[in-house]
Amino acid sequence: MARIVGGIATTHVPSIGNAIAKGWQNDPYWKPFFDGFPPAHQWLARVKPDVVVVAYNDHGLNFFLDKMPTFAVGAAAEYKNADEGWGLPVSQPYPGDAALSWHLVESLVADEFDVTVCQEMLVDHAFTIPLSLLWPGADNRPVRTVPVVVNTVQHPLPSIARCLKFGRAIGRAIESYDRDLKVLVVGTGGLSHQLDGTRAGFINKEFDQLCLDKIANDPDALTRYSIPELVELAGSQGVELLNWVVMRGALTGRVTKLHSNYHIPISNTASAMLMLENAAVAVRQAA
Amino acid sequence: MKLDHDIPGTSIFDGEQAQKGYALNRMCFSFNSAENRAAFLRDEDGYCAKYRLTPQQREAVRQRSVLKLIEAGGNVYYLAKLAGIFGLNVQDIGAQQTGMSVAAFKAKLAAAGR
Repeated sequence: MARIVGGIATTHVPSIGNAIAKGWQNDPYWKPFFDGFPPAHQWLARVKPDVVVVAYNDHGLNFFLDKMPTFAVGAAAEYKNADEGWGLPVSQPYPGDAALSWHLVESLVADEFDVTVCQEMLVDHAFTIPLSLLWPGADNRPVRTVPVVVNTVQHPLPSIARCLKFGRAIGRAIESYDRDLKVLVVGTGGLSHQLDGTRAGFINKEFDQLCLDKIANDPDALTRYSIPELVELAGSQGVELLNWVVMRGALTGRVTKLHSNYHIPISNTASAMLMLENAAVAVRQAA
Repeated sequence: MKLDHDIPGTSIFDGEQAQKGYALNRMCFSFNSAENRAAFLRDEDGYCAKYRLTPQQREAVRQRSVLKLIEAGGNVYYLAKLAGIFGLNVQDIGAQQTGMSVAAFKAKLAAAGR
């Protein structure tokens, strides 16, 4: 059976893609951010996941406002990146796992999550940058991928409680897959930031610290916040926390925090990464 | 799930804004293509007319005013594609919206970490 080895959440600010392309990892501005990732590289090299399920939000590359699904799942053999209009280098394609995608879709719909299924899907920086951070190297594609897109762009957005349930349904779906796969779940975006309005530049360290703690230890505690409250506390685009919530929901075992990093600012954003192990792994390894 | 108060300096991109801004955001979505970005730069009037921008949207584009673009229904993820054509990144548009210099805006961001 497939098992969930853990979850990683990370910021996906577009300029990170630029910094990677230019090799600025040790530049004083960028180093405190990139320093968060060597522990993830070491852990991934040891655990060697076969597939990564990536929960993220599209920023107007694959989805326009003409059709905006609340939850969408990619079901393709390959996912291409493309020009997003602001000068980021275009990434090499990522291999998919269509069989696992369709299993997720079957299981999610049976579980009353009526997702949009995409046999063609362009993946934007919110998908490519986290994977480049976790597996550096422009042609490095050691894992197959399943993109899961959450609408964090056009309100009404799904509530935190709904995203947690969606994540749990993804977790059940993965664990009911009858192939022997190791699956990592990734959630991207955040933490606090706001790009628009006279409150642009808003960052809330205290709330971010609370989110880092609650995502690891008590995700249900976050369901007390409504979406408007989340906008107020995390900023208009800080609502990308929803992707982290989906990731966390998928970790259905006993969860241990392995590593985290938090640094202000990267671009307009409080940058963060959080790495969680799903207890089922340790139990099986011990056996 | 509305708040009982507005969030200062923050507009929620909801159904009302999505309808109001549709033409503008649709034009910005087209800027994913380098060819379309070049076409806009060659003939801004013609390009805006092709996408049927409202007079309010056309004027906001002319003024390069992010706050006015948002008021006209623009969503910042789409507006960023327009800003990119003018070589502006999110710190530049943050500075513009808050009436600060870019250096002062960056200093404000850094200060949030202390």
